[in-house]
Amino acid sequence: MNAPRLLAGPDPSNGPERFAAHVGRVGPLPKGGPALIELLVRTELTGRGGADFPVGLKWRAVAAASRGSAVVVVNGAEGEPHSKKDRVLMTSRPHLILDGALLAAATVHAKQVVLYIGEGHHAALRSMTEAVAERTDHERRLIRIATAPARYVAGDSSATVHLVDAGIATPTTTPPPPRERGVGGAATLVQNVETLAHVALLARAGTATGTVLITVAGAVRSPGVLEVNVGTPLGEAVQLAGGPSESPRAVLLGGYFGRWVDAAEAWSLPLDPNGLRARGLSLGCGVIGILPTRQCPVCEVAGIMRYLASESSAQCGPCFFGLRALADACTRIAERGTDPGDLQRLQRWSGEVQGRGACKHPDGAVMFLQSAMKTFGDDFAHHPAHMRRSA
Amino acid sequence: MTRQFELVVDRIKCDGRGLCAEILPERIRLDSWGYPIIAPGPIPEHLMGLAQRAVDDCPVLAIALRRAENQKQKSR
Repeated sequence: MNAPRLLAGPDPSNGPERFAAHVGRVGPLPKGGPALIELLVRTELTGRGGADFPVGLKWRAVAAASRGSAVVVVNGAEGEPHSKKDRVLMTSRPHLILDGALLAAATVHAKQVVLYIGEGHHAALRSMTEAVAERTDHERRLIRIATAPARYVAGDSSATVHLVDAGIATPTTTPPPPRERGVGGAATLVQNVETLAHVALLARAGTATGTVLITVAGAVRSPGVLEVNVGTPLGEAVQLAGGPSESPRAVLLGGYFGRWVDAAEAWSLPLDPNGLRARGLSLGCGVIGILPTRQCPVCEVAGIMRYLASESSAQCGPCFFGLRALADACTRIAERGTDPGDLQRLQRWSGEVQGRGACKHPDGAVMFLQSAMKTFGDDFAHHPAHMRRSA
Repeated sequence: MTRQFELVVDRIKCDGRGLCAEILPERIRLDSWGYPIIAPGPIPEHLMGLAQRAVDDCPVLAIALRRAENQKQKSR
């Protein structure tokens, strides 16, 4: 028997579920503690922010380093351009997230919980703020809210710590990672909002929810957020989103740090974080982007590379200069047509950029580009000169 | 057992001045934008003196020697 689903209960579009209704539906908050860590390890829950990190192992590390002064950062930055699932969850099930955060705080012996929410996510901010006001005095004293700037790297775990400590949401040099030394030097658990909501239900039921939240975007009839069972074939999830709105060419799985997969191959892929990792793919933050055959993949990739280059926090040279150079080369191919020299430069610069930033921003961008050049190899090799198109 | 050391660069501090690559070209080359690429693995004994100089001479204190034990090889 699985735990109930995250979006079970009232229609998520009706706004936040109030505290009384939440407790009436899912029951009171259970106790956190070492047994919960073991349960998280056993159920192999992985983080839903994009990095797939095993949740149980992270909690264990923070609990071990805590000394009663750990900090829990609830990550609702959601800076991924097409992702909406964290916002849907914050605006509809705020108390599930708070339950998960309070369970985490009790389990890792935290003295502070910081809700870290994207500053542009107004409805989510309002929903979470109102939800905090409905909790007990003791819980309210534990929780504070910080807003994250609308930048791609603001959701990086070291950037969340940097913002809470210094008001600057840029990544910092690791090691040590936040789980060892984070906010104010204390061991810090940075966990995505969906992950914490899963924990809230898992702690009550003793088993995993067995679902993931995804955002289906691009060429589908009803783009939006869905909760699907782990293992659902990707094609079935696309059908739940109304099916393709036109002939699909390829799927970008996992957002801008994800991988391109040919549509024919993608349709049968099971949406299972562990299964996808075994295939060298990742569900990442759960974005499934459908590229139609009508659209030029090279121009699309060039636009995303320009975005990722502009989202570098400009702290590390290889990322700041390297991503810009890669984006420029992609744009030259897109606008002026394929040049063998540019193709070679893309390969060489990709190798020079990878693994050479303080955070994973350059790595994510390079892996995105490499998967694009593999999936759209012919398009990159024979791209005609296009007039400039809007990205 | 002698201790083994490796060079690590703080990518945020590094400004790409390139002195390290001039001092220790055996282990450090520069990328297309002038930032150091460190060869993975521990520094051989006979290069330790130069590696220490590369650390000491970095104008922004971005490069350091770190004990290599328990460190998976990692090229940064």
